[in-house]
Amino acid sequence: MTSSSDVLSPSRAGTRLTLYDAALGRPGALVLDQVDLDVAPGEILTVVGSSGCGKSTLLRTLAGLLPLLSGEITQDGRPLTGPSAERALVFQEDALLPWRTLRGNVELPLAIKALPRAERRTRAEAWLGRVGLAEHARCRPHHVSGGQRQRAQLARALAAGPRAVLMDEPFGALDAQTRAGMQDLLVEVLRGTGATVVFVTHDVDEALFLGDRVALLGAGRLIAVRDVPRPRERAAHDDPAHVALRREVLTSLGS
Amino acid sequence: MIRTAPRAAQYALRVTALTAALGLWQLLTSLDIDLWLRFSQFPTVADVAGAFAGRLSGPDYWTDLTDSLTRVLTGFLVAAVLGVAVGVLVARSRLAEDLLGPLLEVVRPIPAIALVPVAILLFPSDEEGIVFITFTAAFFPVLVSTRHAVRALTPVWEEAVRTMGGGRWRILGSVVLPGALPGIFGGLSIGIGVSWICVISAEMISGQYGVGYRTWQDYTVVDYPGVFVGMVTIGVLGRLTSAAVELLGRRLTRWLPRTSCVPGARVPRRTHQAPAPAAAGPTPAPAGPGPKEDLPHDQLV
Repeated sequence: MTSSSDVLSPSRAGTRLTLYDAALGRPGALVLDQVDLDVAPGEILTVVGSSGCGKSTLLRTLAGLLPLLSGEITQDGRPLTGPSAERALVFQEDALLPWRTLRGNVELPLAIKALPRAERRTRAEAWLGRVGLAEHARCRPHHVSGGQRQRAQLARALAAGPRAVLMDEPFGALDAQTRAGMQDLLVEVLRGTGATVVFVTHDVDEALFLGDRVALLGAGRLIAVRDVPRPRERAAHDDPAHVALRREVLTSLGS
Repeated sequence: MIRTAPRAAQYALRVTALTAALGLWQLLTSLDIDLWLRFSQFPTVADVAGAFAGRLSGPDYWTDLTDSLTRVLTGFLVAAVLGVAVGVLVARSRLAEDLLGPLLEVVRPIPAIALVPVAILLFPSDEEGIVFITFTAAFFPVLVSTRHAVRALTPVWEEAVRTMGGGRWRILGSVVLPGALPGIFGGLSIGIGVSWICVISAEMISGQYGVGYRTWQDYTVVDYPGVFVGMVTIGVLGRLTSAAVELLGRRLTRWLPRTSCVPGARVPRRTHQAPAPAAAGPTPAPAGPGPKEDLPHDQLV
């Protein structure tokens, strides 16, 4: 794996994503209003909120799939106008193309970047190996488990070296054990990429484990953004500061 | 090993059924049975077989066959390409939908064979007219199924490719066409069947050479065994071409989830070939057992 380090880690650092007084939603269906949010380069921001509160809308807006209704959105200070390979999106449901093998799926963003075929293959296989799917590279998505599909999606999102990774409840459909394993894997594969991550979840514990900061959504507003003490440490679960933040988050979500 | 015995029995049963049907035909016609249904004018199986053997050694039979085949394939291929192109366009573009939609909806209900007068007025020779009618017949099934298939695509596939930086053509090539392929092949299977119906009818009306033309000629000169030779030829050609389309479709859509591969609770999608037997018409029976056989075999894997 000596050569894989430069294959796996992109050269550029994370990107800054900023919303100013933004109204989010579809025309005629406002979902979030007056959103001011600044996602710092390289941080992991988790977003929690009850279902239907606009988490996915926020993510799709950051991805550039959904234009703002009003306000302003910028990437590194420049207006963000549409989807780009710099901001990869990981979906909750199956977004792998079922007619491509797992390797074919991971190769797709590299093909869009017009990398030579041999390099695409090396990179895709390195990434699949990194998420533990080396043996399944030639399987089609329907032949592997839900957890393996999400790992392949992760590999696909990271393979092209995006500067931001936007994740829409990527582990939402997985069982508790697989989910914990996936969280560890995510922390492990993000290390060294420097990518900014916005991670949407309805699971408060997941949000507090993964996030440097956690954003709370509710009632059509961004309620608060809090710093998380000792992020990505399993042992931090019993930390008094952590417990207090967990209680605050749960209270504000009204559950 | 478990499969060999039932399979042999299955084939034996099929051969027996076919032989029995031919035997009944031979019996009814050779005995000149006239019980409301009149078999006295009917050629016997032996007559037809004799006529067939005679035709096979003559030059006209093969000319007719290649003429019909060329007409069908030309019309069908043009219909496949244009049907898919227009179907994708109409499904993906509001402007195309508004411009072409009403026109297509008005022309679609007209049976292709009713366009014979139009074809005669429009084209310099019968040959192009027949190809045009064949084309029209196959065009609409392909168009309609492509349009439905493209509209039914999972939106996240497209969103995923867009967030990888993929543009319009990348989405077309990597998502829309492969994703719609199962539906498109449904339309192609129907299209090839309808093409045969229309090429034979058109040849009967205005052709020179061709299986349909020959069959109608034989009828007008009271050569009934010749008529049956024509019918058998049409049946065999239709079966072979639709089998080729289905085989190609199955090859290109191997990725479709089957019962065996699905670990979770996902409902297995029916194979797209399902509507084909109805379109193929004359020989639906052999197509049936294929998927049924696969099922227990795949579940063991």
